Amino acid sequence: MTVIDIRIELKKGVADPEGTNTKKTLESLGFKGIQSVKSVKMFEIELDMPEKEALAAGEEYCKKLLANPVVQSYKVTLK
Amino acid sequence: MKAEDVRVCVVRIEGTNCEDEMANAFEMVGAKSEKVHLKQLLGQCDPSLKRSLEDYDILAFPGGFSAGDYVRAGAIFASRIKAGIGKDIRDFVDAGKPVLGVCNGFQILVELGLLPALDGTMSEEPTAALYNNDSGRFECRPSILRNDNRSKCVFTCDIPKGELLYCPSAHGEGKLMSNIPNFVSKLEENDQVVFRYVTPDGGRATYPWNPNGSPGDIAGICNPAGNVMGMMPHPERVMTAYTMDDWTRGHRSEDGDGKRIFTSVMKYLSKK
Repeated sequence: MTVIDIRIELKKGVADPEGTNTKKTLESLGFKGIQSVKSVKMFEIELDMPEKEALAAGEEYCKKLLANPVVQSYKVTLK
Repeated sequence: MKAEDVRVCVVRIEGTNCEDEMANAFEMVGAKSEKVHLKQLLGQCDPSLKRSLEDYDILAFPGGFSAGDYVRAGAIFASRIKAGIGKDIRDFVDAGKPVLGVCNGFQILVELGLLPALDGTMSEEPTAALYNNDSGRFECRPSILRNDNRSKCVFTCDIPKGELLYCPSAHGEGKLMSNIPNFVSKLEENDQVVFRYVTPDGGRATYPWNPNGSPGDIAGICNPAGNVMGMMPHPERVMTAYTMDDWTRGHRSEDGDGKRIFTSVMKYLSKK
């Protein structure tokens, strides 16, 4: 079995209200030195195929469903 | 085509929650509407419940949180449609039949590639996104819309250009974004801008009158042919005077402003 991680993140310049709000809240709890908080989404997918095919399949999943190319970028890696 | 012959398919999956109002809105202007689960169109049901898209004259995607808004708002609904009845939808649109998407329905049309579809009927991947409101939260508030469509859109053919309509907004992801250069001007050139958020006196909207920060204050757009329209605010919620914000303060008609959109599309079909 092969396990891949798919990391979906917002493209540069796209506002990230979840990240901004989280940063503000952490600071209001007294945590210091936080430079930035970025929200990302992860999918962990188990596949019954060799690693190379699994990575290619992951790319297809992103193109067809998991990422909208207008606002999101993605990275597929082996776990 | 007579009004009573117009058949409307209000399509839903789990998490859709405005199908009753949407179906009712079309009934109120004389059409026959049916709430159809996507599985009925895909044939994943008892044969007696199976439905075919070609038997309908209007297709409507109601608001809600289809599939729990998982992955992205509208993405799962759109992918299921594309995989199962993508060709049927394309044929429906190519035949010039009207398609309406409201709120989550607009998000679905964008994820499907039916909007903005600058170069044809349906793009392979989305060329726009309805992204998080600038405020970072769900915005539920009155909106004033100005009809900015010059003549193309079948859902505003009976509304004079420049007329203002009251329509409530209720969404968390309504900011229309695209990676197409000069997106807003291209929409304008193509006469694809349908509704813009404005202030109550018709001026340029800033927050909260533009509830999501959409560039160009865009609230609704149509495809280049004018028969597919998506909008974030909910016209099906203002069909009568009683749900208008000013109904206790001398609202000018028994009808709500949203009804204009439904009567427009019926007028368009009456000429067919």
